[in-house]
Amino acid sequence: MKTALEFKDVTFQYEEDGAPMFQGLSFAVEQGEFISLIGASGCGKSTVFRLINRLETPSEGQILALGEDIRTCPARCGFMPQKDLLMPWRTVGENLQLPLELQRVPREERRRLAEQMLAEVGLPDTAGRYPRELSGGMRQRVSFARTLMTGSELLLLDEPFGALDYLTRVSLQEWLSEQWPKRQATVLFVTHDVEEALFLSTRILVLKGHPVRQMESISVPLPFPRTRKMLDQPEVTALKARLMEGLRQGEVVL
Amino acid sequence: MKHKREKSAKKLSWLVLLGLLLLWQVGAMIIGAAYILPSPVQVFIRLWELREPLLMLHLPFTMGITLLGLLISLVLGILLAVWMDQSPAAEGALYPVIVASQTIPTTAIAPLFVLWFGYGIWSKVLVAVLMTFFPITITVHDALRSVKREMEEYLLTCGAGKWDVFRKLKVPSALPALFSAIRMAIPISVIGAAIGEWLGGQKGLGYFSKRMMTQLDGAGVFAPIVLLSAVAMLAVWIAGRIEKRLVTWRKEL
Repeated sequence: MKTALEFKDVTFQYEEDGAPMFQGLSFAVEQGEFISLIGASGCGKSTVFRLINRLETPSEGQILALGEDIRTCPARCGFMPQKDLLMPWRTVGENLQLPLELQRVPREERRRLAEQMLAEVGLPDTAGRYPRELSGGMRQRVSFARTLMTGSELLLLDEPFGALDYLTRVSLQEWLSEQWPKRQATVLFVTHDVEEALFLSTRILVLKGHPVRQMESISVPLPFPRTRKMLDQPEVTALKARLMEGLRQGEVVL
Repeated sequence: MKHKREKSAKKLSWLVLLGLLLLWQVGAMIIGAAYILPSPVQVFIRLWELREPLLMLHLPFTMGITLLGLLISLVLGILLAVWMDQSPAAEGALYPVIVASQTIPTTAIAPLFVLWFGYGIWSKVLVAVLMTFFPITITVHDALRSVKREMEEYLLTCGAGKWDVFRKLKVPSALPALFSAIRMAIPISVIGAAIGEWLGGQKGLGYFSKRMMTQLDGAGVFAPIVLLSAVAMLAVWIAGRIEKRLVTWRKEL
C-alpha cells in the first residue's frame, strides 16, 4: 500500500498563540484508509487540514501528499468544510461544476460530469435547483458531491455533519458509509463525535496535549459494510469508553 | 401574516402622506401668500400649466445630467472600490482621501465649477459625480471586503487564483450591495444635477425653479421640484425591480 498522506516532524504555531500547536508531529495515512481525527475542541484538528491545504505553513518539517511534497507539488485535495459553503447564486449543478471550472474543464464536459455525480450521490434532478430550496442534509450531500468533483484521491472532510440535527446526521453517516467503499479514496475525517468516528472509520487518530507531539492510533475492529448494531459489540463499547476517557483527559491538559 | 402586516403598513404610509399634504394645504390657505408658501393644489395646477416646457425641455436635460453623473460615478466608484480591495497600499492611500473629499461642501464650491467648465452640461455633471461616487465607492468596497473569508479559502483550496476569486466569488457577493448603492445614488445624483443647474445654466429643472424664484412664483418654484422627486422615485423603483429579478441571494450572504 502506498502512503496517501504523511506528516514528518511538523511543527506549527499560529502567530497569535504563545505556544506551538504541533511539535515534531509525525503520522502517516495509507491509501484507501478512512481515518477519523478526533480530539478536544481547540486541539488542532482543523489546523491539520489548513496545513494540508496550504492555508498555513509549518515552521519545520515536511508534509507529503501522495508521495510528493506539497510545497513543490500542491495536492489537489478534495476539501469539504463544516458549513456547506454552496454559492447561493449558483444552482446545484453550477455549484458542482466549480472545481472543474477552476481546472479549466470545458463547459459541456463539466455539465455532464455534474449530472452524473448528482445521480451517483442520490440527488438526480436537482441540478437546476438552488441550494436554498434544499434541506440541510441534501445541501451537505451536494457539498460532498462537489468535493468528489475535484477528482482527488485524498478527501478532507472537516466535521461535515457537525451542524446537522441528530437524525439527519445519523442518516448521512450511513449514506457516507455506503458511498466511501465505492470511491477508492482516502478519507481524513475530522469529528468530535466518538460514535461517528467508530461507525465510519477504519482507523482513529487521537490528538492529545498542547502542543500535540504525537497521535494515538486506534484501529476499528469492524468489517464493512457496517451497521449501527455493530457498535454495540463489547469490544467496540469498551473502545468507545476508552476514547471518551482519553478525550476528557486531553481537555484537562488544555 | 407578515405579508398582511406589511401591506397594511404600506396603506398607513399613504395615509400619513395624505395627512401631511392636507396639513400643508390648510397651512398655505391660512397664510395665504402663494409666493412664500404655495398650497399643494396650486403647485399641481402650475405643474399642469407648465407641463410642456417642463416635460419636453427641462426634464430631459436634468435627467441627462443625472444619468451621466450616475454612470461616471458608477464606473469611478467601482474602479476605486476594486482597486482598494485588490491592493492594501491603494486602500491605505485612497480611503482617507475619499472620506475627506466628502467634508468639502460641494454646493459651496460648485460656482467655481461653472467658472472652470462653463454654463454647459459638464459643470453640473461634476457636481452630481462629486456627490454620488462616494456612497457607491464605500458601499461596494465594504461589500468586497466582507466576502466570507472561509468561502475565499475554500476557493483557494480548490486551486483558484486571485482572478477566479474575484470573478466567481467577489462579484456575485458584492452585487446586492451594488444595487443598494445604485438605489441610494439615484436621488443624490438628481439633487446634484439640480444644484448644478441652480447655480448657473440655461436649461434644466433646477434652473427653471430658480427662474421662477426670481419671479416670485412660489408654485412655479415647487412644480419642477415635485416633478424631479417623482421621477427620482420612479427610477429608484425601477432599479428595485431589476434588482429583485437579478439578485435573489441577498438574504443568504
